[in-house]
Amino acid sequence: MNEELRRIWQSFFNWVMGIGPRPENEVIPPEPPPDLPFTQRPKDKYSRFHEATLKERYNQWLEIHGLHLFSVLYAGLSVLTCVVIVSLLLATVAELPPFGHERNPANNEVIRRYVEHGGHETGAQNIVAGLILDYRAFDTFGESAVLFTAAVSVLMLLGASRRNKADDSQSPKTESAGRNFLQRAPPASTLRKDDAILRGVANLSIPVILMMGCVVVINGHLSPGGGFSGGAILSTALILAANAYGFRRVHSFFNERTFIVSSSTALMIYALSKGYSFFTGANHIHSIIPKGTIGDILSGGLILPLNICVGLIVAGTLYGFYALFSEGDI
Amino acid sequence: MIGMLAYNIPFVSIFVMMICAIITPLLPNRNRIPEKLSCLAISFVGLMSAYLLYELTAGGQTHSFNFAMGHFPAPWGNELRAGPLEAVLSLVFCVAMLLSLTGNFSSTAEDIAPKRRNIFCVLVNLLTASLLALTYTNDLFTAYVFIEINTIAACAIVAVKESAETVRAALRYLVMSLVGSGLVMIAICLLYDLTGHLLMQNMHRAIGELVATKRYMMPLTVSLALITAGLAIKSALYPFASWLPDAHGSSTNASSAILSGLVLKGHIFTIIKIFYRVFGLEVIHLLRMDTVIFILGITAMIMGSVHALRQKNVKRMIAWSSVAQVGYIFMGVGLNTVAGIAAACLHIIVHACVKPMLFTAAGGLSNAAGHKKGLHALMGTFYVNVWAGLGLIAGACSMMGIPGFAGFASKLSLTLASFDHSTVIWALTALATSSVLNALYYVPAVIVVLTHNKDAQKNFTAHSPTLSYKVSMFVFLALNFYLGLFCVPLLRLITRGVNVL
Repeated sequence: MNEELRRIWQSFFNWVMGIGPRPENEVIPPEPPPDLPFTQRPKDKYSRFHEATLKERYNQWLEIHGLHLFSVLYAGLSVLTCVVIVSLLLATVAELPPFGHERNPANNEVIRRYVEHGGHETGAQNIVAGLILDYRAFDTFGESAVLFTAAVSVLMLLGASRRNKADDSQSPKTESAGRNFLQRAPPASTLRKDDAILRGVANLSIPVILMMGCVVVINGHLSPGGGFSGGAILSTALILAANAYGFRRVHSFFNERTFIVSSSTALMIYALSKGYSFFTGANHIHSIIPKGTIGDILSGGLILPLNICVGLIVAGTLYGFYALFSEGDI
Repeated sequence: MIGMLAYNIPFVSIFVMMICAIITPLLPNRNRIPEKLSCLAISFVGLMSAYLLYELTAGGQTHSFNFAMGHFPAPWGNELRAGPLEAVLSLVFCVAMLLSLTGNFSSTAEDIAPKRRNIFCVLVNLLTASLLALTYTNDLFTAYVFIEINTIAACAIVAVKESAETVRAALRYLVMSLVGSGLVMIAICLLYDLTGHLLMQNMHRAIGELVATKRYMMPLTVSLALITAGLAIKSALYPFASWLPDAHGSSTNASSAILSGLVLKGHIFTIIKIFYRVFGLEVIHLLRMDTVIFILGITAMIMGSVHALRQKNVKRMIAWSSVAQVGYIFMGVGLNTVAGIAAACLHIIVHACVKPMLFTAAGGLSNAAGHKKGLHALMGTFYVNVWAGLGLIAGACSMMGIPGFAGFASKLSLTLASFDHSTVIWALTALATSSVLNALYYVPAVIVVLTHNKDAQKNFTAHSPTLSYKVSMFVFLALNFYLGLFCVPLLRLITRGVNVL
């Protein structure tokens, strides 16, 4: 009994100290007796031998088919989960209040005030712009910050890893598999031929697209549109220019520094101006921001400058994503 | 009433951190200016939170107030809400964030390339801002927006250390976390369709009417299940925790400390708010979500520890232990009583102070052993870096629930809270089993660290810990003992906070 306890303590102690059985200390099992002919084998040994081979066979089978079986099971279970969730959600949607019905719970005093008083309370003709940039401007600030966060993260992951190649000597420890992991093929732009048709179309359409984007952003408080949609239009002009003339040409006026400075400044203007508005609103202080006449281009209080800020952030972020994912650099 | 200064603190805290994050990319990347600015801003916000807490509980009374974000009152505009519980949590978040940064100042410099360091600071500031916003928000959609910021920033601070391992872990974390965000988004849409509101107390009223008239029960149940599942994935409740050990075990020490100690807690507190303020405890009980959370919580308590037992890497072991600790918090939430939620909040605070200390200590010890992370490579490192060794021992005692250490206080209050509940025997069994399992992997770690090892000590790097490391570890240890010895006033404060939540 004592011996047994000591043995258990010894193995626990070894486990704690990390002294596992080493190869040289390991007890090598004695050679198994030579196989006897089938008929001469003792009965009990036979069953054990049989079990062992079954286990061996199972392990062998698992080695060959295990991964395949796993992937089949994985795919099957994923499909099953998706089907269950999809049918559950469809059943739920069928139970929801009918779309657009006037007695829906969502048709309440909140919506009524937005629709009936949105115009003169925010100064914006476009109720949606008044809703997202004045009534619920804090949420929109958060949304712009989401884009900023995503842009900064992608820039850090893809942009920095290429530019750091020169100053690797500064951080020898981080020079590991990660850099190779993020390494990519040489930029496609070096291989691209001049494309006369693409350039011709780009020459014609880029000014129009830029104009369209600016109109959508600047008229955000008057007509459908605003910073998010206008910024997306502006970024397509940049992407088209990059494809027609190569990233280097775009780089001459829009590089990483411009990107960071424009996004940070735009978001900073948003934060400071709206912070002022939040502060005055919450403390019932008179705000110096004029509302203007509904329908004028200079109306809607802060909505116009905020739309421009959001437009800059969206345009920069979308072009930045495109450039980083296709070229690995802005 | 609340003074003018205290009234503006929730808004100012969030905006200080946001502005600090926005300005950091423009700062010169020299002399670690961005990191110093972040530390300064976080300490400023922490001081403000402490003042807010003082104002809200002054004179034995419990105050809470709503803060309209802009000129439009609540159901039309956004709103923040502050009570004692929110103030305590933001204070703890700031303190733990600050200590995680200062304690790992030197290991951050080793792990992160110089060019990436100011972006790391941007992400840390954004994380702090999003945690504060999640704590203070009174609007479900604002919560969603800041959950998004939190998700992206959290994944990026895993990948900020360049290695194949962290990129893989970050991708895995990103995919899991985005599934969670998607579920939360769908649930918020469903709830808006059913209630017509996004403001928490208005949703609560509308849900109460729906339940009283038994209308739309099925969509209501589905939306509760989806929002719970989504946030449970993000807060690493056991069956959804497979991403956690990779993400927390492979990233740089500061990231591990922040992710384990704080990021999980932001999501858990959001769940508590949704349960308590949006649905209400009766509705949660009616829809049986409390039982589900309780069962998942005790499963996590056991399984997290079982997984931790099998780890050979010290950081992965501590990461799996987080899964077990998250299980404790969810068990408290699953009790579905005020005492249970207060105990869960106390455990949030305790874990937010202890887990960063454990990660900082583990980082210091593996640094002393020449950047080896294997548990057995740490043999005798206590005598090289005494502060880290003390941190590991105190953290281990706390996680096991030794009286006098922080973990004991929260485990005791969880035990006391479970006595009011019909499932007391399950809760007590799970608490006992999990504590024993905790001891089974923390005690060997402590023994290893304390054992002299002449052969290996030759290879140890001899440089002593920096001053910031020692000071942070000292504050961590002091907090640990404070929480362990004087938890009763804190628990009373939290209970008052939960009552006015």
